[in-house]
Amino acid sequence: MIKAVIKNKAAAISAGIILIIALLAVFAPFLLPWDAVRQDLASRLSPPGAGHLLGTDALGRDVLTRLLYGTRVSLAVALIPTGLAVLAGTILGIAAACYGKAADMIITWFTDVTLAFPGLLFAMVIMYSIGGSMLSVVLSIVVMEFGSIARIVRSVALSILENDYILAARTMGVKSSSVILRHVVPNLAPTLIVLFTLNIPASILSESALSFLGIGIQPPDISLGLMVSESRTFLFQMPWLSLAPSLVIMTLVMAFNFLGDALRDILDPKTRY
Amino acid sequence: MSAVIRRGLGVILVLLGVMLLIFVVLRIIPGDPASVLLNEHASEDSIRRLTESMGLDKPLPVQFLDYLKNALRGDLGQSYYMRKPVLSLILTAFPYTLKLTALSASFAWIFGILAGVVSAVYHDRLPDHLFRGISLLGISVPVFMVALFLQYLMYFRLSLLPLMYDGSFVSMILPAAALGWNSAGSVARLTRSGLMEQLDSPYLDTARAKGLSTKKAILFHGLRNAILPVITLMALQLSGMLSGAVITESVFGISGLGKLALTAVQTRDMPLLQGTVLFTALVISVGNIIADVTNTLLDPRLRTKS
Repeated sequence: MIKAVIKNKAAAISAGIILIIALLAVFAPFLLPWDAVRQDLASRLSPPGAGHLLGTDALGRDVLTRLLYGTRVSLAVALIPTGLAVLAGTILGIAAACYGKAADMIITWFTDVTLAFPGLLFAMVIMYSIGGSMLSVVLSIVVMEFGSIARIVRSVALSILENDYILAARTMGVKSSSVILRHVVPNLAPTLIVLFTLNIPASILSESALSFLGIGIQPPDISLGLMVSESRTFLFQMPWLSLAPSLVIMTLVMAFNFLGDALRDILDPKTRY
Repeated sequence: MSAVIRRGLGVILVLLGVMLLIFVVLRIIPGDPASVLLNEHASEDSIRRLTESMGLDKPLPVQFLDYLKNALRGDLGQSYYMRKPVLSLILTAFPYTLKLTALSASFAWIFGILAGVVSAVYHDRLPDHLFRGISLLGISVPVFMVALFLQYLMYFRLSLLPLMYDGSFVSMILPAAALGWNSAGSVARLTRSGLMEQLDSPYLDTARAKGLSTKKAILFHGLRNAILPVITLMALQLSGMLSGAVITESVFGISGLGKLALTAVQTRDMPLLQGTVLFTALVISVGNIIADVTNTLLDPRLRTKS
């Protein structure tokens, strides 16, 4: 798989971009001398220049430093819930496919319910009840995404179950739990990798949207969406303050979209979502 | 006919589930809305009286059944903060959101299908690469970025269009473009891939053999078949658009449903939030049904199945 990714130009470039951004974000404290949170009102709103490469924000904090720290949060808050959503979706999807009609009906109903209203509005319901924080953002993204993942996993699992080797295994008396673990899950793996990669852009966008609206990540935590909303007042005077975090979000989302598309072509050429 | 009934029943079950889910999640934290509403010096007696008048002293299942009963009669309760019936607040806000989504959907459709067709007709040549790049950009930019960029360019730099929504049609153009941009990208991608799939099909060969040029064959025969999944996508996008509307409405100051929901969260107005989310779920269900019906009308193959 890794070989195939390296061969595919678009995938390799996207993976490279993601890796570089992630490394910059992780090693931010060693790369830049500035503090991301401490305010320095004497040098507020200074334009990009030699000291502060991207200038400073309204509270005198170095924008580039905050950009890297924000990327950190945005990446974490995108990867963790996407993983959890894929896990939950897989469990529910397999259960719906393998455990009879009643389970199928209930799970399908449940996923239909979570898909019946706009994700952002349900996220608002969660924010209302437990307040804006990283935890509630993670939770909202999981709820927004697991439904469609469960649907796809269910249909792929059903098509796997129709194979003759499953019938053979069952005829030989293999327990249904081992059929699932030995045959269904391994055959689902490519689908799951693609689903994971293709859901990351959605997670990044959801997190940034929630934080932009002021109901996601809360200050003093930093996130890219929050940075855009904090600098909105200066949109016309200092557009780069809003542009820089937006561009990072866009680059990440694009790279993950490219990578996901390429992975789908490599791993799972038959399925299209 | 039985398919229609089953479909309708499914929608009702899903809406019931939506109500139950919102109801439960809003009450996970056993806060005390009554004491939030009154100020901190309120006597325990007045808090108790308000709690009783709002029905918050009853057990949760009873509260849910009451809510259900009232909702069926069109009563979604009183807004805590604005002191008005939730339904009337929603019905005042809905036309704005409807206008916004309708306009941005038309934007997304016109540009998306156009770009998709051009991509497919010129596939793997310059226009294709160009439009594919633009569509990828379309699905990759956050809604707020498009919105702010348009404000910067069209208002500040070029002073062509108003900054905020003021009720006029002209001031709706920027919000609609900002919201439609994403969907235009996915419509273009799906149109292109749908058309590409049709390219190898025998009926297009027949059309070409009868003397139609490839371009005309794609436009008059291929597009009809490729458009079906795009219509289904449209229904799915309705949900995404209503999500995006929250952001667009807040950036451009449109008092639609999204802004109403945001206000409800900010002012801790539970009945208003509950009502707004339920209402959007209803809108989306209706949208899905319309998409189903349109698909059945357009594609005879679906009609014989049931």
